[in-house]
Amino acid sequence: MLRFIVRRLLQLIPILLGLSILLFAWLRALPGGPAVAALGERATPAKIAAYNEAFGLNQPLWQQYLKFLGRAVRLNFGTSQTTGRPVTDEFLTRFPGTVELTVFAMVFAIGVGIPLGYLAARKHGTWIDSSSVIGSLLGVTIPVFFLAYLLRLIFAVQLGWLPGSGRQEVRLEATHITNFYVLDGLLTREWDASWDALLHLVLPGIALGTIPLAIIVRITRASVLDVANEDYVRTAQAKGLANNTVRRRHILRNALLPVSTTIGLQTGLLLSGAVLTETVFAFGGVGSTLRQAINTRDYALLQGFILILAIVYVLVNLLVDISYGLLDPRVRVK
Amino acid sequence: MHRRRATRVLAASAAALTAVSLSACASSNRDNANNDTKAASGGTLVFGAPGDPAMFDPAFATDGESFRVTRQLYDGLLTTKEGSADIAPALSESYDVSDDGLTYTFHLRNDVKFTDGTDFNADAVCANFERWYNFTGLAAAPAASEYYQNVFGGFKDTPDVPSLYKSCKADDATTAVVEISQVTSRFPAALTLPSFAMQSPTALEKYDANNLSGNEDALSYPAYALEHPTGTGPFKLESWDKGNGEVTIVRNDDYWGEPAKLDKIIFRTISDGNTRRQELEAGSIDAYDLVAPADYASLKDGGFKVLPRDPFNILYLGINGGNVAGSKANPALKDLRVRQAIAYAIDRETVVKSLLPDGAEAAVEFVPPVVDGWTEDVTKYDYDPAKAKQLLTEAGAMGTKLRFYYPTDVSRPYLPDPAAMFEVINKNLVDAGFTTEPVSLPWNPDYLDAVSAGQADIHLLGWTGDYNDAYNFIGTFFADAGGGQSKEEFGGFKSPEIFDALKKADAEPDPATRTELYQAANKVISDFVPAVPISHSPNALATSDKVSGLVPSPLSAEDFATVAISG
Amino acid sequence: MTATVGNRRERIDALAARAGALPEGDGGVSLVKSAYRRLRRNPVAILGALIVVVFLLVALFAPWLAPKDPYAQSLLSEVRQGSIPGPRAGYPLGVDQLGRDLLSRLIYGARQSLLIGVVATVLGSFVGLVLGVLAGAFGGWVDTVIMRFVDILLSVPGLLMAISISVLLGQNQVSLMIAIAVTQIPVFARLLRGSMLVQRDRDYAVAAQALGVKRRKIVLSHVLPNSLSPVIVQATLSLATAIIEAAALSFLGLGDPDISRPEWGAMLASAQSVLSVRPQLAIYPALCIIVVALGFTLLGESLREALDPKFRR
Repeated sequence: MLRFIVRRLLQLIPILLGLSILLFAWLRALPGGPAVAALGERATPAKIAAYNEAFGLNQPLWQQYLKFLGRAVRLNFGTSQTTGRPVTDEFLTRFPGTVELTVFAMVFAIGVGIPLGYLAARKHGTWIDSSSVIGSLLGVTIPVFFLAYLLRLIFAVQLGWLPGSGRQEVRLEATHITNFYVLDGLLTREWDASWDALLHLVLPGIALGTIPLAIIVRITRASVLDVANEDYVRTAQAKGLANNTVRRRHILRNALLPVSTTIGLQTGLLLSGAVLTETVFAFGGVGSTLRQAINTRDYALLQGFILILAIVYVLVNLLVDISYGLLDPRVRVK
Repeated sequence: MHRRRATRVLAASAAALTAVSLSACASSNRDNANNDTKAASGGTLVFGAPGDPAMFDPAFATDGESFRVTRQLYDGLLTTKEGSADIAPALSESYDVSDDGLTYTFHLRNDVKFTDGTDFNADAVCANFERWYNFTGLAAAPAASEYYQNVFGGFKDTPDVPSLYKSCKADDATTAVVEISQVTSRFPAALTLPSFAMQSPTALEKYDANNLSGNEDALSYPAYALEHPTGTGPFKLESWDKGNGEVTIVRNDDYWGEPAKLDKIIFRTISDGNTRRQELEAGSIDAYDLVAPADYASLKDGGFKVLPRDPFNILYLGINGGNVAGSKANPALKDLRVRQAIAYAIDRETVVKSLLPDGAEAAVEFVPPVVDGWTEDVTKYDYDPAKAKQLLTEAGAMGTKLRFYYPTDVSRPYLPDPAAMFEVINKNLVDAGFTTEPVSLPWNPDYLDAVSAGQADIHLLGWTGDYNDAYNFIGTFFADAGGGQSKEEFGGFKSPEIFDALKKADAEPDPATRTELYQAANKVISDFVPAVPISHSPNALATSDKVSGLVPSPLSAEDFATVAISG
Repeated sequence: MTATVGNRRERIDALAARAGALPEGDGGVSLVKSAYRRLRRNPVAILGALIVVVFLLVALFAPWLAPKDPYAQSLLSEVRQGSIPGPRAGYPLGVDQLGRDLLSRLIYGARQSLLIGVVATVLGSFVGLVLGVLAGAFGGWVDTVIMRFVDILLSVPGLLMAISISVLLGQNQVSLMIAIAVTQIPVFARLLRGSMLVQRDRDYAVAAQALGVKRRKIVLSHVLPNSLSPVIVQATLSLATAIIEAAALSFLGLGDPDISRPEWGAMLASAQSVLSVRPQLAIYPALCIIVVALGFTLLGESLREALDPKFRR
């Protein structure tokens, strides 16, 4: 097992290196190059020259890249042009919100998706089956930001059931320790703050969780149908085992293997899907910050955020692989 | 530290003031106790602001969001009347002007203290003037002290750029005498600007207020501006949560005037207009600024209050006359007939009716009608596409290609929806025989930079007045920007008539004559068509029905001390 | 093989293997024939195809179908802030916030949105195809280099990749298409390489090689054509993604700078500000996007089923 993990980790190195080259090239290829990206378009030639001198932009490209890499390894991605704060700090302030949102969205998608997919498979061919298939198709094709707007219009604005923006009611003046607001409320015993933060996750969480929900329903359904036809299930049934036992021990457990892969993959993707959802819900996370950075052309922040998000995405996938290796010994051997 | 300063202040003040100061100390202590037990509650107002403030030292602020907060923390010598653009007394109860118009004597209130306990007196006034005049390094950069440089010109350190400010002297504790170097309509009106608010000299020094770092494009501010702004206003800064975009200010119980009704105001940044509206509807904020015109009716139907500000702004279509060396502007725009054709092509009436809120009016010149110097009697260019085509044909410029710049993702008081405005005007121009190449850029800094660098052929921009003075509008746009040329965004046109007319009006001490001179200037400008005036548009605040006492100001200079919240 | 997929890469490879696993002796022609037969019997496939064909026709014949000029702000003078004229004679769906006929804009919008989707997908699948063929045909270090590059592309989530490219190339229609195309490359590259590897070991390929046929000829005339079916399936599905992604980029302000040009994503994004005044302005373009995406998805899924021997049992 250890060898499997080590091998996976080693495979990451060329990917991360390639990624850093790509993003290094990206900032360099921007109109005007890094100096203009950092100083703005009105910068005088003298200022640009001074900047190039100060940041070593006159050196050969490979030397510049090594420096960029050196800084990146130490998680130094420069400072944001709009806020003047280090990009890494910005990320760390925003990331907890996005993590909370992603976790909520996944819990929603899994909690609803697996039972629904399983039900659809068991009632194969009935209206429950076909409507869940249609629903899951719709879930993938509806533009996320439109769904987010609809959810907010209906449940936050017209019905007023749930908060429609932000991460927490400001009037609560909750104490923030970790920036995970739900957790903070628990740590400081401000239960109402925790509950409020949780309520704020509901609508954006559902909007964000719709695509994974749709995919999980489909995969669960297909995989349960697959497994139900396998010989060992028929054997178990022939042995006269109770239907419930067969379902739990044989069908569900085996069917969930491919589902768990999907879950891991989707979790990684949600981190970027949050750009749209967080923007609609004015949710102060990584995604809404990225959106602002696009508007203000804050290149340093864009570069840093995209690189960090890609690393997180790769790491999440790695975790999925490893956990999969734990679940299914065949993977390790291969 | 604190005690030493307090002693010095006490020694310098009269015995009567000692008592006041002591009681102030006592009351502020008691007050802390009050806050802890939440005894006297005036409530908390949560205000949805469209943007983040930059910091809270008004001398370095240039943006409306910073000013919105600093207005509550500081007072100026002068202010504007509630709900109007006219001058009213503030920390200075009255002032006298010498016959030559160069010496101003301010008679100060004698019952005022800064929130750090420092006395407000004539020495403090002079300390503020001297502070501005002595800015050096980054503090003197255009990006930092923009308003000072617009109004007063140069610094002590820059002998080649003349300064309007000459000297300030404290005759006694309540009499400050300020000398200026030339007569101008800007002074003393400019003292109503939040930039020239009075700040505690003690706190300025203690928290290193002038020590800016970074570079001109990314200024970093000292502790004073970020954490310890100290004024005489009805509120004090409590905290600024930058990550979440929340500024919290609390009542200053020692305020010299009527104390604020609210205990606390939280300014929360919500950049998207739809979100602001929905937050108000959902009850998580109590008020917000810049209501989208489309939302006026639905908000009123929903039982909310919409508080429109009287229009005190101008939206115009800037034209690049292409007189700057190496300009990329279309040379056809040098031809007056082509510029006139643009003016005739635009259907202002429809724009105003369909794209702007009720109360908006089509503009015939570059100052709003309430400003002295506005006149009906200018050349008007009413919508006439046939005439536009004819002029284009005469000029041999049919099909002239214009790079049309407009900003994205922004809503300005004079321009609620730039994209819609662009689409309509663009269609007007195309229908009149122009061809256009649209260029959209993010508002700040890209758009503003590109436009002021003269990259556009035509562009959408506007201005909200700072005080009731024509020069604040037309002088800002069309005055000689140096070398006998206009600003680059108008293509550096060379019109001695316009420049002279503006200069003469500005330097005229007699108000009646000045008004006439500004009217003359407006006529000359209208004939030259350096840009096309489009509209004066109101913009609005919205509040829930629980909020009372918020009086909209045409200058967006709302005073939150009078605001109360019920239930 | 199919059950033990460890990650996204392998999943795509597995997909390729499955879709490319033809029964022995089944030639290309008979495959198409039998697939077509199965498609015709599948109502879902017919529905999908119908949607796609209708929208393609609308896009093609927009100038003849649209009742009005989609750019003419003919009812602008009746628009007020807070009220937009509804349907009336000549304007069956009413007008947008600038007084332009909504139906005509939706019809022209089909043109624009499908164009972006099709160009992006063709571009993305072509580049992916070339990379996949090179990797699959040559193997060795060529394979390693190409596949590492594809892995790197895969390590950035699609939307972030599209955002980076749009920002880099500036705001215009071409860069929008390229941005979406790049996000499609990895899928096609992996897909083609995988299914080529399967084909290469097929009896007919091995036989051809034994007969001394040149490698290039084997690849071009035998292996490649037989590997294309999963690509066609994937391209159909990718079209749906491309159209949705274009809408997302428009929403983020990275769309076509000529905002007058009717395009569903841009129409949807700009209608958000009048959602409470006339929600139809958002709902109609959203429905168009959903229905078209659904059409391509249904068609793609049924194609996959028709081409996949696993479903024949």
